[in-house]
Amino acid sequence: MSLLLKGGRVIDPGRKMDEVTDLLVKDGKIVETGSISPGKDCTVVDVTGKMVFPGFIDMHVHLREPGREDKETIQTGSNAAVAGGFTGIACMPNTDPVNDCETVTRFIKEKAEVAGKANVYPVGAVTKRSAGKELAEIGEMRKAGIVAVSDDGMPVQDNQVMRRAMEYSKIFDIPVLDHCEDIQLAAGGFMNESFVSTELGLRGINSAAEELQVARDVILSRLTGGRVHICHISAAESLNHVKRAKAEGINITCEAAPHHFILTEDNVRTFDPNFKMNPPLRSQKDVDALLEGLADGTVDCIATDHAPHLKMDKQETFDVSANGIVGLETSVPLVCDRLMHKGVITPLRMAELMSSNPARILGLDRGSLEPGSVADITVIDPEMESVVDPEKFESKARNCPFAGWKLKGWPVLTIIDGRIAWQSPSISG
Amino acid sequence: MSVFAGAIGLQEKSERIKFMPLTGKHLLGIADLSVSDIRLILNTAKSFREISTRSIKKVPTLRGRTVINLFYENSTRTRASFEIAEKRLSADSLNFSVSTSSVAKGESLTDTAMNLSAMNPDVIVMRHSSSGAQQLMTKYCPGCSLVNAGDGMHEHPTQALLDALTMEDEKGSLEGLKIAIAGDIAHSRVARSNVLLLKKMQADVWISGPPTLLPMGFDQYGVNVTFNMEEALEGADVVMMLRTQRERQKEVFYPSVKEFFSLYGLSREKLKLAKEDAIVMHPGPMNRGVEIDPEIADGNRSVILDQVTNGVAVRMAVLYLILGAGEEGAK
Repeated sequence: MSLLLKGGRVIDPGRKMDEVTDLLVKDGKIVETGSISPGKDCTVVDVTGKMVFPGFIDMHVHLREPGREDKETIQTGSNAAVAGGFTGIACMPNTDPVNDCETVTRFIKEKAEVAGKANVYPVGAVTKRSAGKELAEIGEMRKAGIVAVSDDGMPVQDNQVMRRAMEYSKIFDIPVLDHCEDIQLAAGGFMNESFVSTELGLRGINSAAEELQVARDVILSRLTGGRVHICHISAAESLNHVKRAKAEGINITCEAAPHHFILTEDNVRTFDPNFKMNPPLRSQKDVDALLEGLADGTVDCIATDHAPHLKMDKQETFDVSANGIVGLETSVPLVCDRLMHKGVITPLRMAELMSSNPARILGLDRGSLEPGSVADITVIDPEMESVVDPEKFESKARNCPFAGWKLKGWPVLTIIDGRIAWQSPSISG
Repeated sequence: MSVFAGAIGLQEKSERIKFMPLTGKHLLGIADLSVSDIRLILNTAKSFREISTRSIKKVPTLRGRTVINLFYENSTRTRASFEIAEKRLSADSLNFSVSTSSVAKGESLTDTAMNLSAMNPDVIVMRHSSSGAQQLMTKYCPGCSLVNAGDGMHEHPTQALLDALTMEDEKGSLEGLKIAIAGDIAHSRVARSNVLLLKKMQADVWISGPPTLLPMGFDQYGVNVTFNMEEALEGADVVMMLRTQRERQKEVFYPSVKEFFSLYGLSREKLKLAKEDAIVMHPGPMNRGVEIDPEIADGNRSVILDQVTNGVAVRMAVLYLILGAGEEGAK
């Protein structure tokens, strides 16, 4: 069984390769690139005018299963992933029960196997029930398949616990993914604290709440040598800490979410709860800093924080509505339209942000199109224009602030382990 | 248009109102009003005041119109004021409050909105503890107008309008007046709406309170912000005290009520700094001895009860202009 992608623009960050060529896949592995004639039993897909990337990985996704299957399941989340051009997703442990033991980890792996779509990489909890007190059985979960630990959404406040978590995860060489938020300082706010929150009369979360925890993590990573990865970084000041820490040689990485580098706090003026998330949408100054960080390498990867909710969870007043938006089916077109086409990043940089860097951070043998690599591939049509329509999402959820946006550059083909997991009707094969 | 003017008896006073609708269908906040909208509401309110002095305080202007007063927060004065305004204009009004409605059974705001909307009211007057709740309502009640009677810490437009009317009564024009607003700014929708209105009307606005109760960037409204209340009071024409909203304060913003009063309460000593003919205002309900000396509240410079009287006229004007606009549009 082989698959030949003919005439695409192949982007391979490991080789700094960006050229129009063919790519042959056999038995789940990349065989070669170059001018290739199809052999026997070979499926040929004409990808002329398309871009061929190593499979995109979204390292920050909430699949809601177990516990909130009404919002999303491992099946529907995986369907959304492949339809959005993702071959792999890392799912956060804040389910019910929390993924804080190997039983839950195995359950997720098995469900993902049955779903048969995207690769699902479970993230285990840092602490039991993500309560922030005692370390979870990270080693047992690691054996069962976790790729990182995080108490996302219920961030570890106790500095000693965080120190121990960073030390302990060194045994397994996995990162601690930290949703950085000082809960006291955030003081139950609903949006970024600024003049806009003053005008709207909505309690604010100052970016200092994020910055403090980022600074703490830098200090603790320096102390322990443990790997720390900052989730959905949103503030310019936080990014400065990461930049300085990287220059110092500290083992730190970070991700940014499309909504944080595309939308601003001014969107909240509509009081539309689809603009409510945590961390909140920040100011234009922060957006500018994130764009700079995406281009210059301070930001390592793009992750969506895909957070499915029921319609009714977003039909309340802004203050009581749920936090978060879905992202799997809008991330690629947003990145194409807003970053690549606008010249903020090159296609090679996009491949790093969406594929090779998340693979490296999570220790996955993915993110490359070199011969011998696992054949996880994302093909996009950079010229395709389409309007975001949440009603057509594969995800169960519709909480998306980008509804009605016309975007240019959409995924058309998602290949996992050498097999076509999803293809757009526009592609002929 | 003469139908309206005639119905409310304005011609008897040989005053004619040229009917002009407000910019929008709703009154959600002062932020949405133009200067001419504000002028129109204030002038209309002035001509309506006379009705409340008659022995039979009722005109048929809004006969057959349905107004729902939907109050999710406790209110004495605002709710009574709207209800009286509605009754004096002969509207059919219905009061719907949190304790007696199905809200207590856990119905969501949007469900309540859709159900009320299905009964075809003309106006919903609404108060809610969440900022922006009225904006949400407009989405689910497409057929009727929303009048904001206070949303969270966001806006309380009719309060700012009645305050402006009271200041104009006492001082003529708002332009150039030094107006000191002091106290718990952070939790006050009254402060926000007043600042928006007073800036539009070119007043010189001074804001004073402890830094812990001054929300971020407040000076960007174009007002003077000072922690020193004396500075704000110096030569002021109007002193507006705000209610210290302890129920909205989720943390500790000052060490004690005693210390708060000594720094930011309106004492007789502090009031001496203002102009001799300065007026003292308060949106109520007052915490006597917390933000204001009771003797000042009841003293001859206090216009606090005039504010309440003007509230009825302003709300009559708002309802008239909003519903009249619909009537004109239908012709």
